[in-house]
Amino acid sequence: MKRRDAFRALAGLGLVACKPIERLNETVEGVLLTDRPASEDLELTPIEAFPGYHVAPAIPEVPSDWSLIVGGMVAKPLELSLADLRMLPQLTARIRHHCVEGWTAVADWSGVSIAELAKLAGARATKYVEFRSFDAPSFSSRGYWSSWDRASAFHPQTMIALTMNGAPLTAKHGAPCRLYGSVKLGYKLVKYLSEISFLDKRTGGYWENQGYEWFAGV
Amino acid sequence: MARPRRAQPLLIRITHWINVPVLVIMAMSGLEILLAYPFFGPRGAEMTWVPLSGWMPPELLRMGGWLAGGRHLHFAFGWALVINALVYLIYLGVSGEWRRRLLWKAQPNQRYNVLQRAAYTSALGLAILEVLSGLAMWKPIQLHRLTVVLGGYDMARVIHFLAMLGLFAFLVGHLVMVAIHWRKLPAMVTGGERE
Repeated sequence: MKRRDAFRALAGLGLVACKPIERLNETVEGVLLTDRPASEDLELTPIEAFPGYHVAPAIPEVPSDWSLIVGGMVAKPLELSLADLRMLPQLTARIRHHCVEGWTAVADWSGVSIAELAKLAGARATKYVEFRSFDAPSFSSRGYWSSWDRASAFHPQTMIALTMNGAPLTAKHGAPCRLYGSVKLGYKLVKYLSEISFLDKRTGGYWENQGYEWFAGV
Repeated sequence: MARPRRAQPLLIRITHWINVPVLVIMAMSGLEILLAYPFFGPRGAEMTWVPLSGWMPPELLRMGGWLAGGRHLHFAFGWALVINALVYLIYLGVSGEWRRRLLWKAQPNQRYNVLQRAAYTSALGLAILEVLSGLAMWKPIQLHRLTVVLGGYDMARVIHFLAMLGLFAFLVGHLVMVAIHWRKLPAMVTGGERE
């Protein structure tokens, strides 16, 4: 065995050892999480410099029959149009986006809080909320998704964002609506939303299932 | 009366040698993480003045295989680094060893000269800065006071990178000194003579 291979094997062993520690880190992240809104005096990022990622080969187009489905363990499942969402109480926040890659960008966001949607749908006090997208790597594969702990989903700044910098979301940034908030890394903020489910088990996520942290709080 | 101390007390030797693999893993997994976006400053307002901005760390210097692997290593071995450092700092304080090793007024029979003590002191300061800026990057919103003190997330990231370079410079000097004074190396394992 080459020294390089031995080194690699050692690194692999180290990675295995990281698994239980990741659980410990999640616990610490849960303890650190507060409801305090992240309102700083932030300078807006020029919108053209704000990156927009998707997993589909091209920017996903909104399906013609699109509506936002709210389901899972709820008393009253919902199917909301963009107009329905606009009728609900809106919250606004200026938030710094923290990408797992290390870059940041700032924008103003407004939309409907998850807490508001939960109230409307009569969601039970489930431990997790799952967010699904119509952005998919291929026609046959299932779309991008992520699942959140309840406390982060019900944070007062976690919302179904309808506008960015005061204008309706563009296709690049997740139109017609996306998940946004101040307490998670970017890959948890699902764009091109199609479905929200209140669940009592956590269902991983697109990047989470490939090895990225599930909690991913900031 | 306590027994006379060794040149290198046991706890200093243990924490020193734990630091060797832990710091290597932290630096290499850190470079793996840096590779995902080797620039500084927020999007649209890049801090191009940061030295080595845009540098892509070669595979030889990275560990973890990809960003997710690098992050898992970094956030797991970060605990080892912090716990080891706390043991070291508490020992340094309680035993009075800090008087001999850190930049402080000269003691009788001073073992380390001013330059050495300045080097150890600044390395310790850099390591503390490294941990604080790392915490600010890990939880910039939940630890927002710390993040604000460091000048925000993006500045914390710059500090984290520059302090790492500083620690690397210390390491180079440290290894040169060990090579020159190689006769003192065994004491770092055995503890050396009782004084």
